[in-house]
Amino acid sequence: MQTIITTLLFYAFAAVLIGSAVAVVTARNPVHSVLFLILGFFNAAGLFLLAGAEFLAMILVIVYVGAVAVLFLFVVMMLDVNFSELRSGFQHYTPVGLLVGGILFVELLLVMAGWKLAPGAAQVNLAPIPANVTNTAALGKLLYTDYVFLFQAAGLVLLVAMIGAIVLTLREKQTSRHQSIAAQVTRTPADTLEMMDVASGAGAGEFLRPKVTEPEPEHEHAGGHGGHGHGGHH
Amino acid sequence: MEIGLGHYLTVGAILMMLGVFGIFLNRKNIIVILMSVELILLSVNINMVAFSAALGDLVGQIFAMFILTVAAAEAAIGLAIVVVYFRNRGSIQVEDVNLMKG
Repeated sequence: MQTIITTLLFYAFAAVLIGSAVAVVTARNPVHSVLFLILGFFNAAGLFLLAGAEFLAMILVIVYVGAVAVLFLFVVMMLDVNFSELRSGFQHYTPVGLLVGGILFVELLLVMAGWKLAPGAAQVNLAPIPANVTNTAALGKLLYTDYVFLFQAAGLVLLVAMIGAIVLTLREKQTSRHQSIAAQVTRTPADTLEMMDVASGAGAGEFLRPKVTEPEPEHEHAGGHGGHGHGGHH
Repeated sequence: MEIGLGHYLTVGAILMMLGVFGIFLNRKNIIVILMSVELILLSVNINMVAFSAALGDLVGQIFAMFILTVAAAEAAIGLAIVVVYFRNRGSIQVEDVNLMKG
């Protein structure tokens, strides 16, 4: 009974996954593509669950649906692109796409058809799945011991990606006020100070106002749309 | 019928094929190309998990997790590049990306 349910669930998840993957690549509207991608990820998570990888299934939902797909959605909606124009030549590219994809698929099928596990493959496990331990606990025990360096490297990859994305997309606000070291270093007393003779008893009169310095290259700032403000560049 | 390794591998192969097909089909739309790359990475993940389950080896799931990490980083950087490119050129047509004459 349980086998039948598992089988039915597998075929349901796989069918919806493949159907949504087809919709991702053929949808007219990229927003629909992203939504079908989310549907596909959910079903892939179901497949992972059936395979006994609960932690990965949850991670797939959290990371892919919660972060990556939403990121795609943001970008698709943020960019004001004429997507129908991007679809020109769709029919033109279909045959070559089908050809290459079909060849790849046939190759993969051939590989699978002529392949079987080596007899001793099950005995050379690096880390056998332990019994009586949840998948998450087993993964954690393995990840934080044998694979801790890879884990740190993965963290580093994410850090680099984060910094890279920020550096790429950060636009300096024109209202932001920050220190311009070069302007500070190159200023001279003559810019702000004025020596004057004040006749005795006459008073300084109107001269005692501070000299107005012209604002720093604000105009250049407004023009420099593309990115670097005068933080360290000018 | 028992669901075995072959079933998962078939699903993975079909997904991989669809990803490659999507890259060719949407030659002009970089965003859908990135989504196709995500599909390909997902198919690799399915293979990893299937082998992990079939062989009773946990390392496959560990590696699937790292693939997930790299896929997330790749999506973030790729989309950031798309955003910057659109800001500078007002278009995301792949064919317009010819400044470096590559």
